[in-house]
Amino acid sequence: MSKLSIFTKGFFKENAVFVMLLGLCPTLGTTTSAINGLGMGLATTFVLVMSNIVVSLVKSQIPDKVRIPAYIVIIASFVTIVELTMQAYVPALYDVLGLFIPLIVVNCIILGRAEAFASKNNVFDSILDGFGMGLGFSMALMMLGAIREILGSGSIFNISIYQGDGALVFVLAPGAFIVLGYLIALINRITKKV
Amino acid sequence: MEYILIIISAIFVNNVVLAKFLGVCPFFGVSKQVETAVGMTGAVIFVMTVATIVTFLLQKYVLEVFGIQYMQTITFILVIAALVQLVEIILKKVSPSLYQALGIFLPLITTNCAVLGVAILAATTDGFGLLQSTVFAMATAIGFGLALVIFAGLREHMELQEIPKGMKGVPIAFITAGLLALAFMGFSGIA
Repeated sequence: MSKLSIFTKGFFKENAVFVMLLGLCPTLGTTTSAINGLGMGLATTFVLVMSNIVVSLVKSQIPDKVRIPAYIVIIASFVTIVELTMQAYVPALYDVLGLFIPLIVVNCIILGRAEAFASKNNVFDSILDGFGMGLGFSMALMMLGAIREILGSGSIFNISIYQGDGALVFVLAPGAFIVLGYLIALINRITKKV
Repeated sequence: MEYILIIISAIFVNNVVLAKFLGVCPFFGVSKQVETAVGMTGAVIFVMTVATIVTFLLQKYVLEVFGIQYMQTITFILVIAALVQLVEIILKKVSPSLYQALGIFLPLITTNCAVLGVAILAATTDGFGLLQSTVFAMATAIGFGLALVIFAGLREHMELQEIPKGMKGVPIAFITAGLLALAFMGFSGIA
């Protein structure tokens, strides 16, 4: 596989949200606006890249039987770093994302990449893979957040684009499911030509 | 009264899947048949309750005593992962029939973010004692089960319906979940 395709596969061909349906909890829970979605995506990207680096560095030292707990400890350490950093420097975003920041640790994308990619490949490829997958995830979250923000509160990135309140349901829980459903249908239509 | 309020709130008003978005992966993953949905529900009720009791005690008597709350995420996820393994081993010995029924669902639960989410919520909510946390965890798990079984029932029927090609499978499942969430929003009137 070429270096470029390792990086780009996370955006379309193997997009975590739209194609592989991984990490759905933060996808639905944090995308009430474009900026929240992007914030969550970037936090996840950081954890993903760092854990990919460490896992690929120590892969030959970890006995096969305890590899999953070992990966979880590595991931949880970086999640704690992100949590404390966000609490200190972006407290507003930290409050909005709330419970979903510690929950990055159980995001199946991260453990999935550690197991499926970083544990079999060298450091450089693992970094590329982490960035590709993470930014693809961020893109998906930002798209979903932007659509929900436009429909629900009539603005994008907090810039008002039309007068009035919008349909509040899109900011609330049901809107998340419905918008993602239509987005996946649209992407299926484009990629698989159904 | 306090406990009834916790139960109603956790099952209906703040349903863990449909309002809080925790445990969405198993919600879509094991909801193709009602039978597997019921099995998963049993396993989740069991693990979530035990995990919340253990993590609550750890939080109050270890992490807070030593002032190392920042270790919460690492401690909790390790406890849950170990607990799931332990439950699996004990069930195999004590009740092989129950193990047969729940067996395949147990490993899946480690990655169910609802378990970690509820453990963190219970340990950090002000005014929650051990009993409140236990009731909260059990009610949340029942709420998860309720949503899962209803959704599985809907999906079983959907298999037989004619659905536009592009919407088949995952997209229509999401939209159904959205409508279900809309229905659950009606319960917020109780609160």
